[in-house]
Amino acid sequence: MKPFVDIHDVTHVYARAEDGLPAVQNLNLKVNEGEFAAIVGPSGCGKSTLMKLATGLQFPVEGTVIVDGRQVGAPVKLAGMAFQNPTMLPWRTTLDNILLPLEIVEPHRSRLRRHKAEYVAKAEGLLAQVGLKGQGHKFPWQLSGGMQQRASLCRALIHEPKLLMLDEPFGALDSFTREELWCVMRDLHAAQKVTIILVTHDLREATFLADRIFCMSARPGRIVAEREVEFPRPRDLEITYTPEFSALVHELRGHIAQARQAA
Amino acid sequence: MKAKNKLALAPWVFTVGFFVLWEILCHVLKISSFILPAPSTIMGAVWEYRNQLAYHAMHTLWMTLAGFGLAVGFGLLLGMLLGSSRLINAGTYPLLVGFNSIPKVAVVPILVFWFGVGWVPPVMTAFLISFFPIVVNVATGIATVEPEMEDVLRALGASKRDIVFKVGVPRAMPYFFGSLKVAITLAYVGSVIGEQNASNVGIGNLLTRASAAFEVPLVWAALVVLAVLGVIMYAITAYAERSMTGWAQRSQMAA
Repeated sequence: MKPFVDIHDVTHVYARAEDGLPAVQNLNLKVNEGEFAAIVGPSGCGKSTLMKLATGLQFPVEGTVIVDGRQVGAPVKLAGMAFQNPTMLPWRTTLDNILLPLEIVEPHRSRLRRHKAEYVAKAEGLLAQVGLKGQGHKFPWQLSGGMQQRASLCRALIHEPKLLMLDEPFGALDSFTREELWCVMRDLHAAQKVTIILVTHDLREATFLADRIFCMSARPGRIVAEREVEFPRPRDLEITYTPEFSALVHELRGHIAQARQAA
Repeated sequence: MKAKNKLALAPWVFTVGFFVLWEILCHVLKISSFILPAPSTIMGAVWEYRNQLAYHAMHTLWMTLAGFGLAVGFGLLLGMLLGSSRLINAGTYPLLVGFNSIPKVAVVPILVFWFGVGWVPPVMTAFLISFFPIVVNVATGIATVEPEMEDVLRALGASKRDIVFKVGVPRAMPYFFGSLKVAITLAYVGSVIGEQNASNVGIGNLLTRASAAFEVPLVWAALVVLAVLGVIMYAITAYAERSMTGWAQRSQMAA
């Protein structure tokens, strides 16, 4: 099976980097279609750079990035993104925020005006899936942080992206809300068959959600360990309290500690 | 009395108090009406010259609004250009700042060379003096779009144009309306300066003639008319700001 995202021997230095040190070096990573991959690592290891490389917002200085069988030379257009900060536009209602990608991406862009009702129904369906049924008319600033983050996930998924990039999307939430959103994410992944790359600091989060976990070293970032997660799906939150789960988290923690020490 | 009612009454109480105090001081200290006329004297002059004042005030209002309108259009366009291109921004900033530093009174003679005496110099002066805050504010609003938001849209294949129009411009609107309040008062300054130096009508021209003839109460009456017009125009822009960008005014401080 050909990987959906194939980052091969990539080194990237930002043009604006003052020390000229690469953000990532000789990075290799393969994610299969429909897979849920998680990337963990010490802070400042170039996880966000990896996101930008995979979506075509940055191009590698060396090496190749292949997404969906094509080498990335421009923004990939088939990606959805969500960040720690929900970045909702305050002048649009939640529903209009979710519809925003459709105003950009073809073929929706030219269809949106005439098929508005169809798209609105779809957005409302997504809102219901993340537990925000009937909240679309509210402005984002009338929602709590957790609710805004749910809406941000809807926005990332509305155009049915083949690739979903999540940069610490649950980082700013309290632990109960976070676990709720893990389950939302798990169900969305099961329903949409989308390839997901999740960047996170939270090893439990990575272990609960992912099929495959990559550990990155400190800057310049490389992959120091790759680990498949065998827990059967659908997973229940209860598995996070089993000894097998703890053992895996512990193992990952070992890799990260090593990576930090090496720096 | 409720705090809200107090707030609504405060501007009236303070304004009336100010004029009452002024009136009392003029009588108690026996200030000559040549130096500082009492408000009652000024109001008398406003009534006496009401036809003349109304005619000239309408002219000034037109000059101001025309100049202001030009400034809004030009300011929006240039602000959008500066906000969306770092190169143009860096390149033109020194020019803009330099131009803005020139006192506009000094430009009026040039406008007279070009356009002669008439309605053009006041309109142009009002325009030249008031576009700068609009440009700066619109450019700032657009240039400070959150990088994450930009990433979200660029990853979808959005063009620079898409980002400017979908995010930059709406986001700059609170800055834009804020700058309008500054610009409208500046436009008044501009049109009056223009009228004083290069027009045969308008409050500015009336001021020049009245002061040359030492008609002190008329000078003061003209000033009062200007102040009232200014307050009304300011209130209209402030109202437009509130109704267009309610989403931006949800902080406790704005309430």
